[in-house]
Amino acid sequence: MKSRLGKARLRVPKSAKRGELVEIRTMAEHPMESGFRYNNVGKLIPRHIATEFVCKYNGREVFRAALHPAVSTNPYFLFYLVAEQSGELVFSWADDRGGAVTEVRTISVT
Amino acid sequence: MPSVSRRRALHVLAAGACLLVVRPATATREALVTALRETFGQSLMARERVKLELPLLAESGNVVPVTVSVDSPMTEADHVSAIHLFAERNHLPQVVSVTLGPWNGKAEFKSRIRLAESQQVLAVAVMSDGSLFSDVADVEVTYSSCG
Repeated sequence: MKSRLGKARLRVPKSAKRGELVEIRTMAEHPMESGFRYNNVGKLIPRHIATEFVCKYNGREVFRAALHPAVSTNPYFLFYLVAEQSGELVFSWADDRGGAVTEVRTISVT
Repeated sequence: MPSVSRRRALHVLAAGACLLVVRPATATREALVTALRETFGQSLMARERVKLELPLLAESGNVVPVTVSVDSPMTEADHVSAIHLFAERNHLPQVVSVTLGPWNGKAEFKSRIRLAESQQVLAVAVMSDGSLFSDVADVEVTYSSCG
């Protein structure tokens, strides 16, 4: 069955001072079908969940989340990073049907 | 004469008791115990340094905001390396596991979770030296979800 992983939305500051704590927010569009629900004819709706979210900062993994069915529809995370140097933040979401979405943001650190 | 091993056994029991036997036995408590054992072995987890914030009353179990913060300097030598969330009365006790490091600066994250019914949620932080700390929070759920 086809993956229903949609867009990944992000809130990342464009710039920061060196050593500053920056707040990162992300949300993926995903049904997070738990696999425990039944449809109106009593058939189990197959599980379809996002399983992994990874954030890399200049190539180094800085945040990873392993998701289970108990994460809400359109999974959301807020976390923090220390701004070290200008560069790239790569955000990737993956689900249990091979769906994947990657977003890149640049941050300039002064 | 109490031997050292008996004392240690009592410690383990006490730690387990304060985390797990606060509520009467449920259908999935076994699953939670199994999940904890799989993730952490038989290690002790003191109920300190971790702050698990959940609403006391959640109108819908489908979207329950959660914040976990850990008291840690987040330095190379002393940081939080992972935080795990468990919900004892969900179909699956595992909720989410996040991996952190000194580059995060602050050991905190927020997310939104599902709770199948009113229950106790458990957060466990794994420190860089391997020690474990935890916190629990009770949530009253009015309209349950199928987590």
